[in-house]
Amino acid sequence: MSGGELVVIGNGMVGQRFVDALRARDPEGGWRVTVLAEEDRPAYDRVRLSAYFDGVSADELNLHTPHEGVRLRLGEPAIAVDRERRVVSTAVGEYQYDALVLATGSYPFVPPVPGTELPGVFVYRTLDDLAAIRAYAGGRRVGAVIGGGLLGLEAANALRLLGLSTDVVEFAPRLMPVQVDQAGGAMLRRYVDDLGVRTHLGVATTAIRSGPDGGVAALELSDGTAIDADLVVVAAGIRPRDQLARDAGLPLGPRGGVLVDATCRTADERIWAIGECAAVDGTCHGLVAPGYATAEVVADRLVGGAATFPGADTATKLKLLGVDVASFGDAHGTTEGCLDVTFTDPATRVYAKLVLSDDARTLLGGVLVGDASAYPTLRASVGGPLPAAPLALLAPDGGGADAGALPATAQVCSCNAVTRGDVDAAIADGCADVAGLKSCTRAGTSCGSCVPMLKQLLDAAGVAQSSALCEHFDLSRRELFEIVQVRGIHTFSRLVAEHGRGRGCDICKPVVASILASLGAGHVLDGEQASLQDTNDHFLANLQRDGSYSVVPRIPGGEITPEKLIVIGEVARDFQLYTKITGGQRIDLFGARVEQLPQIWRRLVDAGFESGHAYGKALRTVKSCVGETWCRYGVQDSVGLAVALELRYRGLRAPHKLKSAVSGCARECAEARSKDFGIIATETGWNLYVGGNGGFRPRHADLFATDLSTEALVTLIDRFLIYYIRTADRLQRTAGWIEAMEGGLDHLRSVIVDDSLGLCADLDAAMARHVSSYSDEWRDVLDDPDRLRRYTSFVNAPEVPDPSITFVRERGQPMPAGGTQPITLGLPEVRR
Amino acid sequence: MNPTMTRSWTTVCTLDHLDPDRGVAALVDGVQVALFWTADGLFAIDNRDPVSGAYVLSRGIVGSRGGVPTLASPLHKQVYDLRSGDCLDLPGVAVARHDARCRNGLVEVRLRQEG
Ligand code: SRM
Ligand SMILES: Cc1cc2nc3c(=O)[nH]c(=O)nc-3n(C[C@H](O)[C@H](O)[C@H](O)COP(=O)(O)OP(=O)(O)OC[C@H]3O[C@@H](n4cnc5c(N)ncnc54)[C@H](O)[C@@H]3O)c2cc1C
Ligand code: SF4
Ligand code: FES
Repeated sequence: MSGGELVVIGNGMVGQRFVDALRARDPEGGWRVTVLAEEDRPAYDRVRLSAYFDGVSADELNLHTPHEGVRLRLGEPAIAVDRERRVVSTAVGEYQYDALVLATGSYPFVPPVPGTELPGVFVYRTLDDLAAIRAYAGGRRVGAVIGGGLLGLEAANALRLLGLSTDVVEFAPRLMPVQVDQAGGAMLRRYVDDLGVRTHLGVATTAIRSGPDGGVAALELSDGTAIDADLVVVAAGIRPRDQLARDAGLPLGPRGGVLVDATCRTADERIWAIGECAAVDGTCHGLVAPGYATAEVVADRLVGGAATFPGADTATKLKLLGVDVASFGDAHGTTEGCLDVTFTDPATRVYAKLVLSDDARTLLGGVLVGDASAYPTLRASVGGPLPAAPLALLAPDGGGADAGALPATAQVCSCNAVTRGDVDAAIADGCADVAGLKSCTRAGTSCGSCVPMLKQLLDAAGVAQSSALCEHFDLSRRELFEIVQVRGIHTFSRLVAEHGRGRGCDICKPVVASILASLGAGHVLDGEQASLQDTNDHFLANLQRDGSYSVVPRIPGGEITPEKLIVIGEVARDFQLYTKITGGQRIDLFGARVEQLPQIWRRLVDAGFESGHAYGKALRTVKSCVGETWCRYGVQDSVGLAVALELRYRGLRAPHKLKSAVSGCARECAEARSKDFGIIATETGWNLYVGGNGGFRPRHADLFATDLSTEALVTLIDRFLIYYIRTADRLQRTAGWIEAMEGGLDHLRSVIVDDSLGLCADLDAAMARHVSSYSDEWRDVLDDPDRLRRYTSFVNAPEVPDPSITFVRERGQPMPAGGTQPITLGLPEVRR
Repeated sequence: MNPTMTRSWTTVCTLDHLDPDRGVAALVDGVQVALFWTADGLFAIDNRDPVSGAYVLSRGIVGSRGGVPTLASPLHKQVYDLRSGDCLDLPGVAVARHDARCRNGLVEVRLRQEG
């Protein structure tokens, strides 16, 4: 049998993968496929479901690809299977099959306690569930999650993101009981505590109680206590959806699920089961990787192949809470005679355990909490020899865990069952980057946790990874900078014609715009340069989610006169802007429409304000503490220096934004060590720190030079900044730039202190040019009718304000009307 | 499959209101349209970013991908084929395309609406 009518019940992750896999193996279309789906939308990425609360839209989670010869019946669940007549019936019709594939997934298990039917009690499985949770959460304050496993913690994080304080109730004595051991669970709990999520361990929920409005109000626990909750998510486990099979008289697994053999076939030779609803040799798997494996097996079998289920990889990694937790292989050490090596560091809050075979030679599994950087390599080494000595592997930076040491049989990507051998073969066939490996092998296309390892394997194979900026330029930013500088090129069109191809894109155009601006090629909105600017530079303001803009005037060092404060207040009042004090010691005014920007800036410029470059990859703020002028501990004038530095470097465009701060003594109230360049006063001068940042990957700045005079300090910063601007990669902050520099800080010192490359005079001159040619971008716009004419709502109706921008008032201020999804400022590492 | 309803041409502005590779927004029969003048010609699409729902596409960056003239949304950078409106990064997502032409130095737009 390798053709005919095929019916698939369920269009979830595995059902979709099955159809993709079958179409790839059956290009002639021997099988005509009908997919019956219960949900109203085609397959989406359930694994990343929680990202929905981070502002990722339902569209972005879509996994569905349409195929010829496959009809998808959305919102049409199968009701019964008649094995004798070989038809599946739905509410609207019957579908004849020669082969039938069950891919119905699981349903959330809801424990039988009173009150689960109350309004405000939800499960966490589908996009519709999440949309209902979001809608109900509006205006409510306290949430609770029943279940402290992987899913329960994800749900708890979701409630936090929705602004609810959150309790988690877990029956087991630790969090994530399936994946981690007692010690790991204890470490994990400390992180969860820090997030403000309260945990109740070793207790069961005995009842859910309603309040006066009829909705849920509290949980009663088995220890006699109660907790308030006006929204409850039940995440207490899942059960396979095997009802159709049960009704059709097919055998089930010992704990439910459609019983299939290693070929994923049921007792009926025309019926197969895949994904979470299948009990393969009696066991159901609640993860996507084994589900994908079953999809591949059945696709292969249906075209006459002989594939069998390869066994399940149950490795898991906690996503989204910002806590590294990973568990893989025999994490609980159940293998006869196994040994374990553990490492606990309460100070850095790292716990790690490796489970080894009785001869300590083979890695069987492990648990990592607090630092899971070694996870990809370790997981791939399970069942094989250790890639390094156990202690080196457990060292917190995962330094010993290099993918280069893995054997060819090690599974590098478990989501897609790709081995190191497969990756090496693809590299030998010419794959030269991660994108290539993804499309050749599928590795890295699901959860993404193996991507760092793909990079290491490319390195290990000696493949120099392309530094090409994008499809239009084979050069890196640094190389482009040199060309622009040396050849004196002033336009993108000439640069792309002579050194690239095509018409550019949203990657290379802003890079070139930034290079031209760094080299002082005139106003950023002039002529062709205007079309290169990134979103925010386009109108010299920060684009907001509703299409309006924010305005941030510069307040050097955070020092401001009462008169200027009043002007900001008046402007905000007159234009009805939302105001907020920023984390950078200045004031942000939100909700301005394009055509209002010049009027707002006219008022601000007339009062002596200038652009704060909050929109640019440029110097942002130089924060200050109050320093010796007022503070009883201060030893230098930190505000004075901060103001001077901010005025010196204002308007300086760079590969990424630049931040700085000056503290008046070692107590460090200005947080200078979290800045690209930070200065801390000493009794005799200034200490300079470089390469710090907060944000996505926080890093403390390194001490670069001590006890400098103000003049020597400024010279070093001048050189540091220009050297960075000339040689860093696109969107590389100073921290990454220094880390990637061969020779690191010592090399940097030799270049800008000892002048080992003979560059210093040139760097000094470049900064002098910047300082003397600075002029306020906004003033320049206001003075020029040609630049001003851009600031209109509609080219044919300049007097009509954009009707899509509307506000509601909250806490006494205007806020965007129409939904308050959380904004994503940067994606945590675990997401693709 | 859906019948396409065509409307009449509306004059929007003179060509010198447009800068090469930089979009503008226009109101045509109450619909917000983003208009671009690129080396491949004039293009008009809905101003509404289908992913975020904000009316901002006129402020995106114009470019090319493998020879196809493109526009990147300014909000989250999804790239659209200016000729068809199809999103090149998200399968199944597209922005409505309208007709644009230049006659006697005047830029004209005609809405194309599925309906
Ligand atoms: C307004 C403000 C939040 C606040 O209300 O306090 C803010 C708002 C934004 N931040 Fe921030 N950041 C603000 C302080 C910070 C800080 C704290 C600080 O500077 O002291 C940090 C961490 C410190 C750091 O940068 O190292 C911070 C780390 C980020 C990051 C992550 C950077 C990283 O290297 O990982 C981004 C994303 C990026 O730049 O690519 C970001 C990006 C943004 C953007 C520009 C996102 C965007 O492109 O739309 C937001 C613009 C809002 C607007 O329209 O004005 N913001 N942001 C703060 C403005 C300070 C100012 O006056 O300029
Ligand atoms: C929030 C969350 C986070 C997760 N995180 C991870 C993770 O990090 N790692 C991991 O490996 N796994 C994770 N999972 C599990 C993973 O999503 C599942 O293993 C995977 O989706 C299983 O795929 P499936 O196709 O078997 O089932 P599903 O994706 O559930 O699809 C089954 C589909 O069948 C439909 N259906 C059911 N009955 C019928 C019927 N009678 N007729 C028609 N259609 C029907 C259902 O409506 C559903 O759309 C997570 C799950 C959730 C909910
Ligand atoms: S850093 Fe020092 S001088 Fe500045 S406010 Fe703090 S204690 Fe005072
Ligand atoms: S391990 Fe998940 S994508 Fe490779």
